[in-house]
Amino acid sequence: MSTFTDSVQLAAQLVWHGDAELWRIVGLSVRVSLAACVLGGVLGLALGAWLAVARFPGWRGVIWVLNTLLALPSVIVGLLVYLLLSRAGPLGVYGLLFTPTAMVFAQAVLVLPLIAALTRRLVQDALAEGGDQLRSLGAGPYAAALLMLLHERRAVLTIGLTAFGRAVSEVGAVMIVGGNINGVTRVMTTAIALETSKGDLALALALGAVLLGVVALLNLAVAALHGAARAAGQRREAWAA
Amino acid sequence: MTRMAPSTMVQAAPPLVSLQRAGVRFGAVTALRDIDLTLHRGDRLALVGANGSGKTTLLRLLHGLVPPSDGRCNRHVLQPEGRPMIGAMLFQRPFLLRLSAGRNVSLGLWLRGLPRAERAAATERALHRVGLAALAARPARELSGGQQQRLALARAWALRPDILFLDEPTASLDPSAKREVEQLIEDFAGEGMTVVLATHNLGQAKRLAQRVAYLESGRLVVERPVGEFFNQSDTLPVEAQQFLRGEMVWA
Repeated sequence: MSTFTDSVQLAAQLVWHGDAELWRIVGLSVRVSLAACVLGGVLGLALGAWLAVARFPGWRGVIWVLNTLLALPSVIVGLLVYLLLSRAGPLGVYGLLFTPTAMVFAQAVLVLPLIAALTRRLVQDALAEGGDQLRSLGAGPYAAALLMLLHERRAVLTIGLTAFGRAVSEVGAVMIVGGNINGVTRVMTTAIALETSKGDLALALALGAVLLGVVALLNLAVAALHGAARAAGQRREAWAA
Repeated sequence: MTRMAPSTMVQAAPPLVSLQRAGVRFGAVTALRDIDLTLHRGDRLALVGANGSGKTTLLRLLHGLVPPSDGRCNRHVLQPEGRPMIGAMLFQRPFLLRLSAGRNVSLGLWLRGLPRAERAAATERALHRVGLAALAARPARELSGGQQQRLALARAWALRPDILFLDEPTASLDPSAKREVEQLIEDFAGEGMTVVLATHNLGQAKRLAQRVAYLESGRLVVERPVGEFFNQSDTLPVEAQQFLRGEMVWA
């Protein structure tokens, strides 16, 4: 219990005093995970929308594989990306291993199936409701699917948040391809793992609290964004009236 | 199937869509079978029949949203323009994107590749046409049921369709909204637009259509000019007579 109390106090102190090391770790974590979500998001949204409308031999098999990849272990992703980026690997010449870029790449691979699978389900359900009507307006199947992403943008944002949560909280992939190098590739999760192995549970828990706080703040920001959009709509309506 | 010769006006008009022994199947379910029907330019055709008789599927087939599983569906080049016809469809519950009313209208124009300036002008015209110009900025999903249906009509009308398919366009509206929507349909038809309407409302079929086709269990049972369908109902096949009397056809 005292460890927990200590950790909360320590977390508060670290945040309150603006600990430079802490903020560097938090900053890198957020930057890496955001970049991974943008990369995985662009590819995952496009893939999910396409799979919602495409029908080809083996389509069911692809969906099955995609849904299976939802449970993809991050260490497996880390290992595969490590093999790709290591000196002997096909992308070894770029020297990306143990850099934040490698971590972005690994996390993007991790969130891609999640975004694609959820997007496919979302778009398919939306098209069942309004697909014919969009086609009646002249939209082709893929254009209709992309329009549904716009229509369901709040759900897409929720998918993005889910992906960010998965990316920022994983440790296996970034540990393998990043190497947990202090000041270079150390992020919150790898720092927590390190501090725990050193026996500094209070600091590990404090970092965990900060990690939760980051996700909570992001959720709040998204909720505020929704609220602002709704308020702007109501203002427009009032002016129009 | 009992069929009367179409009116002289309709006979003179060039065909837009013709079905020959057309059928539609969804898996093991046969939604339409052996449909022979020709739509002419300027037609006002009402499709009537019980729930599940195939009215909506027939509209979707005529519009090209579903392909025929059997038979043929020919879409003719518009005469004398010599271009493919443009169709638009209005559904019982319009699907409006979570965008403003104006953007919902301009979307269809954007999909057709209209330049931005023309799009804005056409959107304004269409909203004005249905009396929603003042609500262009309002989120479409916050409009009332009648306003949403008028918005869907504006969206369809903005495309300048040659043929307008209407699937129970007033089914869930109150009487005043129903009158407004019917008036707009009447106006559009008056401008020369071909109208095909699926409805349960026989009064609406009487008011808006020139021809009536009765469907039952995916079959086109009879197709007659509106006057004959309602005033000489004793000459109709027995199923259609039963439907007009409000009797259950399976009773």
